[in-house]
Amino acid sequence: MAQKTASKKLDFSKEVYLKWYKDILLMRRFEETCGNLYLQQKFGGFCHLYIGQEAIAAGFASAMHKGDKIITAYRDHAHPLALGMHPKYVMAELYGKSTGCSKGKGGSMHMFSKELNMMGGHGIVGAQIPMGAGIAFAEKYNGTKNVCLTFMGDGAVRQGALHETFNMAMLWKLPVVFIVENNNYAMGTSVARTTNVTDLSKLGLSYDMPGESVDGMSVEAVHNAIKKAADHAREGNGPYLLDIRTYRYKGHSMSDPQKYRSKDEVKEYKDKDPLSQVLNTILEQGWLKDADVQKIEADIKDMVEESVKFAEDSPMPDESELYTDIYSHDDYPYIMD
Amino acid sequence: MRTIQFREALREAMNEEMRRDKSVFLMGEEVAEYNGAYKVSQGMLDEFGPERVIDTPIAELGFAGIGVGAAMNGLRPIVEFMTWNFAILAADQIINSAAKMLQMSGGQFNVPIVFRGGNGQAGQLAATHSQSFEAFYAHVPGLKVLTPSNPYDAKGLLKSAIRDNDPVVFLESEKMYGDKGEVPEGEYLIPIGKANIARKGDAITIVSFGKIMKVVLEAADELAKDGIQCEVIDLRTIRPFDVETVIESVKKTNRCVVVDESWPYASVSSEVAYRIQRDAFDYLDAPVLRATQTDTPFPFTPNLIEIAIPTVGGVVRLVKESLYLV
Repeated sequence: MAQKTASKKLDFSKEVYLKWYKDILLMRRFEETCGNLYLQQKFGGFCHLYIGQEAIAAGFASAMHKGDKIITAYRDHAHPLALGMHPKYVMAELYGKSTGCSKGKGGSMHMFSKELNMMGGHGIVGAQIPMGAGIAFAEKYNGTKNVCLTFMGDGAVRQGALHETFNMAMLWKLPVVFIVENNNYAMGTSVARTTNVTDLSKLGLSYDMPGESVDGMSVEAVHNAIKKAADHAREGNGPYLLDIRTYRYKGHSMSDPQKYRSKDEVKEYKDKDPLSQVLNTILEQGWLKDADVQKIEADIKDMVEESVKFAEDSPMPDESELYTDIYSHDDYPYIMD
Repeated sequence: MRTIQFREALREAMNEEMRRDKSVFLMGEEVAEYNGAYKVSQGMLDEFGPERVIDTPIAELGFAGIGVGAAMNGLRPIVEFMTWNFAILAADQIINSAAKMLQMSGGQFNVPIVFRGGNGQAGQLAATHSQSFEAFYAHVPGLKVLTPSNPYDAKGLLKSAIRDNDPVVFLESEKMYGDKGEVPEGEYLIPIGKANIARKGDAITIVSFGKIMKVVLEAADELAKDGIQCEVIDLRTIRPFDVETVIESVKKTNRCVVVDESWPYASVSSEVAYRIQRDAFDYLDAPVLRATQTDTPFPFTPNLIEIAIPTVGGVVRLVKESLYLV
């Protein structure tokens, strides 16, 4: 094993690998903690975990340019972490606390940060697809070189909004990259049970949109694909579709018994785990020793624990917040009988 | 004062705002090369070019969503729907995205967008093309809903809508685009949320809005011949609802008739009547009455249309009923 990889030529530097490792590890430990807290009923609402899909978030973060925008669906805890948000603000949002990244007004499915260009988590399946194109429209309108990375699950591609958007985005050559985080299951329904065209990279072909499939368990492959697609869009060539094949180890949400798939199938993907792959490369290169790894693990554990403490110690929103942030001005005359 | 058509008033509002602010643009079906399905946007492509006056395919959900995304990212889109009936396909983006964005993002992303187009029945277009959406959208916190009834209000309200930082639903009518009215040359704005007392009177208050205001004003003229002076309030804005103007009037007249072109159940008329009984109960000398469309899908054939919508005769009769004259 060591001999085989010693000869492997790497396209990325030590710094990039270490960043990927720390990012993925943080997402993994954060989501594991979220799952446990959810089972303890520390917070309510939905909770869609990202475990298994982390290579996509780590890969887009290293591939994107400053100024690029991000929009995604409701499996959105990891995207702000990838953009550099401290996990305490995501955790506080899950708890519905006023210190959350959306002031406790969005919850699990609605992580926003204007500062980090995180244009949301969105809860309606597929609604973010036209919005992502619209964000890209504004970039083009303003003559910037920014693109919008528009994420969706494999379930969302069956919405009509996708086809309407693909058509207009190609017609107007909008700088948008459509990224399917294809974990093969729309809740409990596999891709094969929703369509006779299971190769999702072909979905844009009737609009002449280029597309390709990507190994979503490999952060290198994700980075390269998103960089190439974003450059294509950035240079004025219009949208690009990426079908990133990934896997979620956990259920669709916390209330999913997962009877629709086999344990062998889950194991097959866990053998290609993005966290293990990145760590193996780092160890093979001798960039970290066991003690260094333990230190990083401990630091991230501390960070996640600090986030939980921050969330639990933070105040709930003041009751007056019920009537704020609905309109841009404070004097809206709400009906109050 | 000069007289111009309703469609010209809307066009002037858009032209002035687009000259004033580069972030404003217009998109919709047939708005550019065809010069507007109802010629509202005539000449705008020539002045502003295809980057700012944009023809879309027939994809209401898609282009409404593109508008919302553009608004989240700093632009101020005007999205034209050929009619609001077709905008039902875009309701997800209006109700789920635009109306909720500011709240769910904890105040970070406002959506300054105007959705506008023809609303309500426009003759023999049958049931799917003849619906009034005031109550649908007024129901939704996060939206503002405007219903101009004449060219002057159309221009002033649309300019305010374009400058507003929140999503605005702007309801016009195919049957109003050709209406003429006095509109001054200079710039003016009409504030959102302020009703207009279209006619002063003391016998009864009639509350209405939008296209059916024409019927109401005609009925008020008829009633004046019998010495009945109606106070006619044009709501102009449905959400937020200018409660004070209505209540103040009812306290003076002690009677109210609401004329609403949409269906009766859970309508704007229901809310107005509720508000009056809640805030002016002791002032009422008669129950609040209303004229609405019949509780049916809109009919196609002329004799049924005749009996499906409020008419001048019907409003006159209702006012007399409130005054216990019939």
